[in-house]
Amino acid sequence: MQQIINFILRNKTTLLYLFLLFVGMSLSIQSHSFHRARFFNSANWVSGSIYNTETSITEYFDLREENRKLMEENTRLRTLLFNADDEEIATQELDSFTFQIIPAKIIKNSYSLRNNYITVNKGRKDSIEQDMGVITSKGILGIVEHTSNKFAAVQSLLNTKSNINAKIKNTNNFGSLKWDTNRYDVVQLEDIPRMVPLNIGDTIVTGAMSSIFPENIPIGTIKKFDLTTSQSFYDIEVALFNDMTNLKQVYIIKNKNSAEIRSLEEKISNDQ
Amino acid sequence: MTNNVYVINALRFLFLVLAQVLVFNKLNFMGFINPMIYILFLYWYPIKQPRGVFILISFLLGFTIDVFSDTLAFHTIACITMAYLRPAIMRFVFGVNYEFQSFKLTNTTKAQQITFLAFLIIGHHTIFFLLEIFSLDHLLLLLKKIVFTSIGSLLLCILITALFSAEKE
Repeated sequence: MQQIINFILRNKTTLLYLFLLFVGMSLSIQSHSFHRARFFNSANWVSGSIYNTETSITEYFDLREENRKLMEENTRLRTLLFNADDEEIATQELDSFTFQIIPAKIIKNSYSLRNNYITVNKGRKDSIEQDMGVITSKGILGIVEHTSNKFAAVQSLLNTKSNINAKIKNTNNFGSLKWDTNRYDVVQLEDIPRMVPLNIGDTIVTGAMSSIFPENIPIGTIKKFDLTTSQSFYDIEVALFNDMTNLKQVYIIKNKNSAEIRSLEEKISNDQ
Repeated sequence: MTNNVYVINALRFLFLVLAQVLVFNKLNFMGFINPMIYILFLYWYPIKQPRGVFILISFLLGFTIDVFSDTLAFHTIACITMAYLRPAIMRFVFGVNYEFQSFKLTNTTKAQQITFLAFLIIGHHTIFFLLEIFSLDHLLLLLKKIVFTSIGSLLLCILITALFSAEKE
């Protein structure tokens, strides 16, 4: 017994180091599983408030540019609205639609890591929940992964864990969108079969296979495509519409039916 | 006097964390270089303090940076490892002088200080990017990140130490 105590006392620094190393390792392993509620992320109260304060100071510097972007988007939407065949749509109550839009502001963004996260200034208080889609005026951005009371951490497209259903515009050939960590303006579309005719410059949009995003939200254009080694699927490089390095305003999409869809899906996976 | 040490280190901790997460994490120089200047905490931390406390504080430092940048817990692991290895590195760089009671970082030569800092940074970055990329498939990317980020961190750390060094005579 005496010897054990002596041993611990003699090596207390090493043991402390090993213990902390173990804590660190388990934290990082735990954070790699997607659907685990994770307390330690940048959406918590302390880091969220600090980033928020910083944004509230720096946001004045590019108000002009942001205004221009919003104006552009408004013009586009107005044009769409006035030329829509359905006259009713402009006067309808917003609550009656399946998809609801919640505006938010980015307070922290990263794109040089392997698993990038974006923090936005809306959280549970504004009815943001896990698995809601996040888009900008140009295209999709990511999926909400964690929420705190006032903030949310969004898993960016530029994240190795990201896997989004996407298809080629005006067709029904869908695949999954992933990121190979090489460039922050290019993502990869997989599982498109080889008989699909492809052209460089074709637009990629979100598919209908997910309850997170509505169909036909733009993602990017085809930059390059090759057949995989098995010769039956394409490997497609997609140049993103969004400039991931310069983002401010985002929209979070709430699907009113998502709970229902998910419970159905759960039922299916339970039956199997 | 001892009180003073605590205050200085606490302030240093805060200053380095804020500078790191609000300024240096957003540099993205050439698309990927984000210098990690918070390693200066390990460089500046007093030598004659208990090692256990030092490792615990390093854990806290790495963890804080991790929470801010959503990289759980790569910074933490790199940081505590460097804190644990610091005495060995110091012995290697400063030789027997380091064992003396009167040893002070400011009394050593500039070359020794920079070597010490470089060892801390290279060790830290190697561990960090190994964990971050976590595969040897991207060996070239890994090396590129380690080398260029280390250079960036080292340059900025030298500048900051020059800026905040106590005036000599």
